[in-house]
Amino acid sequence: MVFTFVRFIYNFNSLLMSKSGLLKSSIGKKFLMGLTGLFLISFLLVHCFINALIFVNDGGETFNKGAEFMGTNWLIRTMEIVLFLGIILHIVQALVLTLENRKARPVAYAVTNGGANSTWYSRWMGLLGTLILMFLIIHLKHFWVVTRFTDHIAHSAADALPGQETMFGEMKEVFEHTWVVVLYCLSMISLAYHLLHGFQSAFQTLGLNHKKYTPMIKTAGVIFSILIPVIFAAMPIAMHFNIIK
Amino acid sequence: MSHGNMNLTLKVWKQKNKDTKGKFETYNAKGISPDMSFLEMFDVVNEQLINEGKEPIAFDHDCREGICGMCSMYINGRPHGPKEGVTTCQLHMRSFKDGDTIVVEPWRSAAFPVIKDLAVDRSSFDRIMAAGGFVSVNTGNAKDANNILIPKPDADEAFNAAACIGCGACVAACKNSSAMLFVSAKVSQLALLPQGKVEAQQRVLNMVKQMDEEGFGNCTNTGACEAECPKSISLENIARMNREYLWASATSKD
Ligand code: HEM
Ligand code: SF4
Ligand code: FES
Repeated sequence: MVFTFVRFIYNFNSLLMSKSGLLKSSIGKKFLMGLTGLFLISFLLVHCFINALIFVNDGGETFNKGAEFMGTNWLIRTMEIVLFLGIILHIVQALVLTLENRKARPVAYAVTNGGANSTWYSRWMGLLGTLILMFLIIHLKHFWVVTRFTDHIAHSAADALPGQETMFGEMKEVFEHTWVVVLYCLSMISLAYHLLHGFQSAFQTLGLNHKKYTPMIKTAGVIFSILIPVIFAAMPIAMHFNIIK
Repeated sequence: MSHGNMNLTLKVWKQKNKDTKGKFETYNAKGISPDMSFLEMFDVVNEQLINEGKEPIAFDHDCREGICGMCSMYINGRPHGPKEGVTTCQLHMRSFKDGDTIVVEPWRSAAFPVIKDLAVDRSSFDRIMAAGGFVSVNTGNAKDANNILIPKPDADEAFNAAACIGCGACVAACKNSSAMLFVSAKVSQLALLPQGKVEAQQRVLNMVKQMDEEGFGNCTNTGACEAECPKSISLENIARMNREYLWASATSKD
């Protein structure tokens, strides 16, 4: 069983990495981009749902339970590693593809009218992604580093030692600063536009284009790209203005 | 000079060959009829240049009826100019106004080196076709049309893909210089038909490999190609090629 699994991983790896392998090709690299993008989208959904528990507005009791589950469940902890790998792969592939694309047009046009044939955000995915990455670094420093690498965070208000905070308390503290709230909101705008193109683009990359289903995918993409960032942005706003106590 | 003729300023890219640097040159196009095509306007300008003993502007053209795909010009920031669904030879000067300044550049892509001025070398497309864009059986004499039954929707889709004239506007329009729309049209026109299905796997693998080797960029699905394609080739072809390619590379024996 374990042997078969190792064999499978090995074969899969050589499929991707061999000389004629998938990842040497433009379509293969894009395939990885699409897969990791969709994986990140599924992460956003879970992350958004758990965090939205603050809107129960019970002083963080429900939310802290959710946060504890996310912090201790072995499946979630494993997925955390996969998530980091996914983000890194997505960024590395983005860099490789962008550099190759630069090389493909050594002399730039003097005049371009991109607005006539495509949306601005589809042309600026790299920039939007970089803004998201900068946000991610600050965001991880705010919450993930404090949880994993300090003993500042208690599981619940009841077992908080002196000087400790619950996850909810930590959020309230971080979002007291106006600049943090502004930064989070601006970053969610970047995320929204990245997704507005990325969501449907990923399906096209995986070859999933169908007369009946593609219009549905596009609609779902627009709803997702607006709804999720709006809910995320509502969190720092609601905490900053003490709507959530 | 009839009423309504226009005077225009042209800023045209002049480049001796692929190894030299180019630059813009300004020309005045006088007394241009709105009924002329864009290429006829260039003919007028060139005739004048030749009469003055100056070097004419080099540009590609052949059929002048929208079917050969030769007339590559990037006009005011768009391949084949401001009109949708037309090639440069089918673009009329009535799409411009008297006094306009028009900037004309060649297709810019590492895989399309400039031959001279506005003429580029698109033999990279030919090499992609040679890598697999064919059916390798001898078809012999014309057979009875219904020997092999082909569903009408498949035949229509294959026909739509086959409308691609290999003009390269998709590459020119794409911010990544990707050739995905062209290659996917050529993959699709055969993959959709029974005669082409036989070699479909090998074809898509070989054509994509050649496309990558020619130095075209990677698709990010901006859709600029479809919007600028004079034959309105659909993005669905790119999805089909992705599908065919991913499946072929997962199941091919080597
Ligand atoms: C939560 C974070 C992120 C999510 C959910 C996400 C999602 C996506 C999706 C779904 C795609 C479309 C893939 C495809 O077309 O096959 C995509 C593309 C892309 N992403 Fe991200 N991404 C995220 C973060 C980033 C970061 C941090 C960067 C760069 C530093 C980045 C750069 C790019 C680039 C350059 C593309 C290519 C454009 C394209 O192919 O459409 N992304 N992303
Ligand atoms: S797909 Fe359209 S734009 Fe591209 S080469 Fe064919 S006809 Fe020209
Ligand atoms: S000259 Fe043949 S398509 Fe324009």
